[in-house]
Amino acid sequence: MAHPVSPDADSLFGIYIHWPFCAQKCPYCDFNSHVRFGGWDEARYLSAYLRELDHVRARVGRQEVYSIFFGGGTPSLMQPQTVAAILNHIAKLWAVQPGAEITLEANPNSVDANRFSGYRAAGVNRVSIGVQSLRDDELKRLGRLHSVAEAKAAIEVARRTFERFSFDLIYARPGQSSEAWRAELTEALNLANGHLSLYQLTIEPDTPFAELHARGRLVIPDADAALDLYATTQDMTATAGLPAYEISNHAAAGDESRHNLLYWRYGAYAGIGPGAHGRIVDQDGTRAATVTERNPERWLARVEADGHGVVEATDLSNEEQADEMLLMGLRLTEGIDLEEMARRFGLAPAASEIAALGALGVIEVIADSAVAEGISRACIGPGIAPTGSSSQLARLPRIRACHEGRFVLNELVRRLSRSTARVTARINAPATLRS
Amino acid sequence: MPEKPKCYQPPMTDTSLIRNFSIIAHIDHGKSTLSDRLIQLCGNVSDREMKAQILDSMDIERERGITIKAQTVRLDYKHKDGKTYQLNLMDTPGHVDFAYEVSRSLAACEGAVLVVDASQGVEAQTLANVYQALDNNLEILPVLNKIDLPSADADRVRQQIEDVIGIDASDAIGVSAKTGLNVAAVLEAIVERLPPPKGDRNKPLKAMLIDSWYDAYLGVVVLVRVIEGTLKKGQRVKMMSTDGAYPVERVGIFRPKQEMLGELGPGEIGFFTGAIKEVADTRVGDTITDEKHPTAEALPGFKPAQPVVFCGLFPVDAADFEDLREAMSRLRLNDASFSFETESSAALGFGFRCGFLGLLHLEIITERLVREFNLELITTAPSVIYHLHMKGGSVVEMHNPADMPDVVKIDHIEEPWIEATILVPDDYLGAVLKLCQDRRGRQKTLTYVGARAMLVYELPLNEVVFDFYDRLKSVSRGYASFDYHIQGYEEGDLVKLSILVNSEPVDALSIVVHRARAESRGRSMCEKLKELIPPHLFQIPLQAAIGAKVIARETIKALRKDVLAKCYGGDISRKRKLLDKQKAGKKKMREFGKVEIPQEAFIAALKMDEN
Repeated sequence: MAHPVSPDADSLFGIYIHWPFCAQKCPYCDFNSHVRFGGWDEARYLSAYLRELDHVRARVGRQEVYSIFFGGGTPSLMQPQTVAAILNHIAKLWAVQPGAEITLEANPNSVDANRFSGYRAAGVNRVSIGVQSLRDDELKRLGRLHSVAEAKAAIEVARRTFERFSFDLIYARPGQSSEAWRAELTEALNLANGHLSLYQLTIEPDTPFAELHARGRLVIPDADAALDLYATTQDMTATAGLPAYEISNHAAAGDESRHNLLYWRYGAYAGIGPGAHGRIVDQDGTRAATVTERNPERWLARVEADGHGVVEATDLSNEEQADEMLLMGLRLTEGIDLEEMARRFGLAPAASEIAALGALGVIEVIADSAVAEGISRACIGPGIAPTGSSSQLARLPRIRACHEGRFVLNELVRRLSRSTARVTARINAPATLRS
Repeated sequence: MPEKPKCYQPPMTDTSLIRNFSIIAHIDHGKSTLSDRLIQLCGNVSDREMKAQILDSMDIERERGITIKAQTVRLDYKHKDGKTYQLNLMDTPGHVDFAYEVSRSLAACEGAVLVVDASQGVEAQTLANVYQALDNNLEILPVLNKIDLPSADADRVRQQIEDVIGIDASDAIGVSAKTGLNVAAVLEAIVERLPPPKGDRNKPLKAMLIDSWYDAYLGVVVLVRVIEGTLKKGQRVKMMSTDGAYPVERVGIFRPKQEMLGELGPGEIGFFTGAIKEVADTRVGDTITDEKHPTAEALPGFKPAQPVVFCGLFPVDAADFEDLREAMSRLRLNDASFSFETESSAALGFGFRCGFLGLLHLEIITERLVREFNLELITTAPSVIYHLHMKGGSVVEMHNPADMPDVVKIDHIEEPWIEATILVPDDYLGAVLKLCQDRRGRQKTLTYVGARAMLVYELPLNEVVFDFYDRLKSVSRGYASFDYHIQGYEEGDLVKLSILVNSEPVDALSIVVHRARAESRGRSMCEKLKELIPPHLFQIPLQAAIGAKVIARETIKALRKDVLAKCYGGDISRKRKLLDKQKAGKKKMREFGKVEIPQEAFIAALKMDEN
């Protein structure tokens, strides 16, 4: 079955667990990762994770867990029994949906791959492997510790161990030609099992790559070249049956990452561990943005003292939530159901702005039934009038970014957000009565 | 709340024990620091109350190290002859924009302390003010400041004062206002070398209105210099030019705190209040006399200061229009030289066309509106007043290029010219000459004052009004000084340059330029706008045109790529904050057709990189 259009992302509750340690820091990475050559007291960390889960349980109450994701850092540095203890604890605190997706990010080296079966036994049913490149010289340039052979071996272990797995590649690398990327991507598609994350190299501030880039020692493809590579990627993955369901994520129908879809559909999720972000809905219905202490040792001390590592918890206004829903949802091929947005937050972008952006060929209005079809290269664009502009009773449309619009999402979101206004007539009425 | 003023009556001061003086100096030559020292030495302000630039009460004055409003302070100075003298110090602005403030201060004094930086030497603005003091028959007391600096060259600067100004500087006093070195000698010299005022206390009251302002506690405060007779509490006085009569409610002086007195006698400087409703009811330079026993002859008075530079001020948020009007009315209460009237622009909506004495005045007013009233403003290109001689023979004054009528109806256009005096070290002379030449200047004289050239140039005001002073500072690395006065009107081959953004003319960007300069200005504006307007989802043509003829063009390419590769649960907050920032930034933009133009673009587009 294709990923179903969620009737209401409010009912989705996921758990993100951040494991902050890495064997080494990659020069392009700006994630909250830390290297500790002296190791760490894993048992102590485990009890802290369990205590933070208890804290979230008290805040959010009874929920059904839709998905769990171990991210990092490098979660494949965790002992399988640590993962098992966390999952068992979650199952004690909440009902976990049958078949819930439980993903763990893994590094493709033999040591970590040897733990895959342990993770499987603990309950993990999907791994996401940070392959990054299928070229040894490129892996060296990206500062990775593994080789292509190790990556392929890890993929095979994953294939044997898990029903589902994905791996990541970084492209639009310095000097990367279209031909070189085609060849590499062809190999990747042959190795893939229903899901690939294909990221264009982004220069993140305060990373070693940012410094090299600033000094002109690292030159990445310009916008036009990057867009060509993107188009190539879209064509090849679609042909191979793994079309984009998000800006950088590709999957066969039904193989999408459910946990990541939860983010993009703007569901609720708890952030556990150092530097983890959450969007949790308190028992009184308020949605709050939470952030925990980034530094692992300080996070540990906080949890041991207070029962949680949350350093920021901000209630979000309807406007902020609507903005976040736009930011996330427009990344998806399925787009955003503005009717759902209006129902959840009482807000929707102006019909006139949707029409103007449609005329510019950057967004399109689609039918729910078209969601699974994927975006066409040539946007339907002009001529598509949004429904709802003439009659308050008409259902608000579903919109998405067209191929051209996907490159300028920031601007799209800004314009839609700026035009967003209250949709008073429809807040209380259930959508089903009108459609 | 201010302290409750003390009220007592010291014995009436004999005019021979009074000295009234101004301090004339270039910016940064130490006028305010020297004033501070004099005030401290006379014990007016305790160390606890002392803060730098005590007479500059506005934040903007302190920050920029400039004086905008004239201030006055009375000092009691015990001279070595055993007598106590009343010294009235008038602190005056140094900048050319505020020359009218200087002239009224000088008219209230018998002497002036000329402060010259002992390493920098005489500057153009100092020159203008000293000449004005000499015209007013003031006795000049030269003081060389900063003589403690290693770069000080007192002999050279003494010689320069004699050469350039033509006064004897052999006994100029060398001081360091910063350390206090020799400042006492300045007080001694004020008593010994400046003349006392004259005036008969038995004659009918004759006093000059130096300045007036609105005080939240006292109402309208009138600063006066008594020439003859006495000004007493309870007396009914008359303003001779307006015929307005008022009972005197309070009489006092500034030390610099207010101090109430019973009366002011001849030669004294102080203030009174008296149920005057508005500052507009008072005229600077007016003669104040006793209503029942008026003086026979009024003082000559001053010409009111005339605005010479105009620009549009528009609220960024149209809803702030009334707040802006209110704020400008409040500023105008104490600054009659600032004028404004409602203006509407197709591009910017409702705002005001404002007149200023010069560019610094414009900058200060806009900065005060932003700071003190929390308003966000769009400032349009500064303009001068053009005289349009129409074919029918009538003459139209045009303050705003957007008002330019159809060119076929115009016979010719006249523009204001200035005479500028520029002092510049020899090393930068070439660059300054080029700048003046580029701005259509005509050289009148070029002489040398030591190692510095003194240039006198005639320049069209519209070439100076915008960034001439900035450019002058930049090409001379800050060493050139500049002063000007309006000379008159001359015919010029002037055209209106329109800017079209996305094929639509933006009236707020149109300027009047000389035909010979139109193409380079147009090109420079299009290039600047290309940098200033962020890329949109579509391509934006930028054009500069005279009438229907496009003389320069640029294109802003459509936005190609701004999206991030990754955005997961941990990235939302950062992305939303970025979005909030973008949205806040775009609030400061105005939409023209479909194009959002940042507010600062209206001024920044005019800046030219001349090289």
